[in-house]
Amino acid sequence: MSTFKVELRGVKKRFGDKVVLDGTDLAIEPGHSLVVIGGSGTGKSVMIKCVLGILTPDEGQILVDGQEVTGLRGSARDAVLRKFGMLFQGAALFDSLPVWENVAFGLIQGHGMPRKQAREVAIEKLAKVGLGSDVAMLSPAELSGGMQKRVGLARAIAADPEIIFFDEPTTGLDPIMADIINDLIVSTVKDLGVTTLSITHDMVSARKISDHIAMLYRGKIVWAGPTSDIDRTANAFVDQFIHGRAEGPIKMEVRA
Amino acid sequence: MNVLASIGRATLGFFRETGKLSLFTGDAVSGVVRPPVYGWLIAQQLMRIGYYSLPVVGLTAFFTGGVLALQIYIGGNRYGAESIVPQIVALGITRELGPVIAGLMVAGRVAAAIAAEIGTMRVTEQIDALTTLSTNPIKYLVVPRLVAAVISMPILVAIADSIGIFGGYVVGTASLGFNGGIYLKNTVDFITQQDVTSGLIKAAVFGFIIALMGCYNGFNSRGGAQGVGAATTNAVVSASILILAANYALTSLLFPR
Repeated sequence: MSTFKVELRGVKKRFGDKVVLDGTDLAIEPGHSLVVIGGSGTGKSVMIKCVLGILTPDEGQILVDGQEVTGLRGSARDAVLRKFGMLFQGAALFDSLPVWENVAFGLIQGHGMPRKQAREVAIEKLAKVGLGSDVAMLSPAELSGGMQKRVGLARAIAADPEIIFFDEPTTGLDPIMADIINDLIVSTVKDLGVTTLSITHDMVSARKISDHIAMLYRGKIVWAGPTSDIDRTANAFVDQFIHGRAEGPIKMEVRA
Repeated sequence: MNVLASIGRATLGFFRETGKLSLFTGDAVSGVVRPPVYGWLIAQQLMRIGYYSLPVVGLTAFFTGGVLALQIYIGGNRYGAESIVPQIVALGITRELGPVIAGLMVAGRVAAAIAAEIGTMRVTEQIDALTTLSTNPIKYLVVPRLVAAVISMPILVAIADSIGIFGGYVVGTASLGFNGGIYLKNTVDFITQQDVTSGLIKAAVFGFIIALMGCYNGFNSRGGAQGVGAATTNAVVSASILILAANYALTSLLFPR
C-alpha cells in the first residue's frame, strides 16, 4: 500500500512516433507541494493530463491515495476527479458564464448543489482570492489576466479538493502580478492543507510555491529533491536549467 | 516509391479519421440516452440553431420557390404544359429543395458557429476544465446541440416548405397569370403525405449531420486561431458534402423505383 498522495510508476505516453513520457516516476507525499520543472515540450502538461485522466497513458500506473486510477470510467472516475482542483495556464474560464457560475460550476454540476447555495460559496471563495462580490456578475472577458487567474484559483478550490494542480500559474503575468499570484497560492495551500502538483519553467515561482522540486527531461524525471537542495545539487541538468544556460547536457528540440 | 508511401499515408489517415468519427458519434449518441440531461442547454440551443435560422431559411425558401415556378413555366411552355407549375413546385420543394436548401443554409450558419465555439473552448483548455469539474464535455456540449439540431431541422423544413410553395404562388399569380384559388387547389390536391414526411425525415438526418460535423471538428481543432479557422471551414464543407450525399441515399431509400 502506497503512502503517497499521488504516485506515477513508469508512465509512458506517446503521440504517433513522438515519445512524450518515457517511463516517468514521481511521488508526492500528502501535504507536500511539488513543482515539476522542465523546458517547453518536455511533457509536463501531458503528465498532469494523464493524472487527471484527460489523457490515458500507454503504459505504467498512476495511483491516487494508493488507488490505481488509469482506465477508470463513469462514477469511479468522477469520485477520483472530485479530489482534484486544477488551475489552467490560461485560466480556461467558461466565457459563456458569469464569474460566479464559473467558480460554482463544479459544485452545481459535479456535486449537485442548489444554485443559490453554490452562489454563496462562490462569493466566499472569490473573497478568499481577494475578489469582491462585485466581480461575481462580470463575464470573464471583462477581467484582466491576473484577475482571471484569481477566478481560476477560486474555481479550483471551490469544491474543497484534496489535491490542486497548477499549470504554469505565472505564465503571461507581469513580475509583480506573478508574485501576488505566488503568494496567493502559498497562503491558499497552507490554509487548506492540500497537496499540490505544479508545473512551471519559472524558477522564481517554483522556489516560492514548492517544498519539493523534480525535473523532467525527455519524459523522465532526472532529479528530485527538497527545494532547499536545488542550488547544491551537482546534477548538470538542474544546474543548466536553473541558471538558464544555453550550453549544457539539455539539448532543446527545436523541431516540433 | 514516394507515390506508394503517400497513397498509404492517405489511406491510413482516412481510416484513422473514420474510426475517430465513429467513436465520437457513438459517444455522442449514447450520451443522449444516459443521464444527466441538460434541459436548459437544449432549450438554449433550440433557440440558437432553430429560431435564429428562421430568417435565412425563410428567405432562401421563398426565392427558391419563386424561381422554380418561373423555370417550370418556361420549360413547360415548350410542350404547352405550363399548367403543371403548382404541382411541380410543391413536389420539388417538399421532397428535395426544402430540406436540401434549409440543410445547406443551416450548415453554413450553425455548423460553423458550433465548430468555432467548441474549437475555441478546446484550444483555451475549457474542455479540459469541464472534465476536471466532473462534467462530461460530450454530454455538456455535444448532446444538447445534437438534440436541438435534430428537433429544429424538421420544424425549419416544414416552415421552409410552406414559404417555398408560397414563393411559387406569388410568382405564379403575380407574373405567370395563374388564378390564386386554382393554384392552391392544384397544390393541395396533388401533394401527398409522403412528399412532406420524406422531406422531414431528411431534415432530421441533416440536422444530425450538421451538429455532429460542427462538434467533431471543433473538438478536434488544434493549435490556436488558425486551427479553429480550419475546423470551422472543415465543419461547413464536410457537413455540406455529407448532406448532399445523404440526400441522394435517402431519396433512393424513401422512393424505391
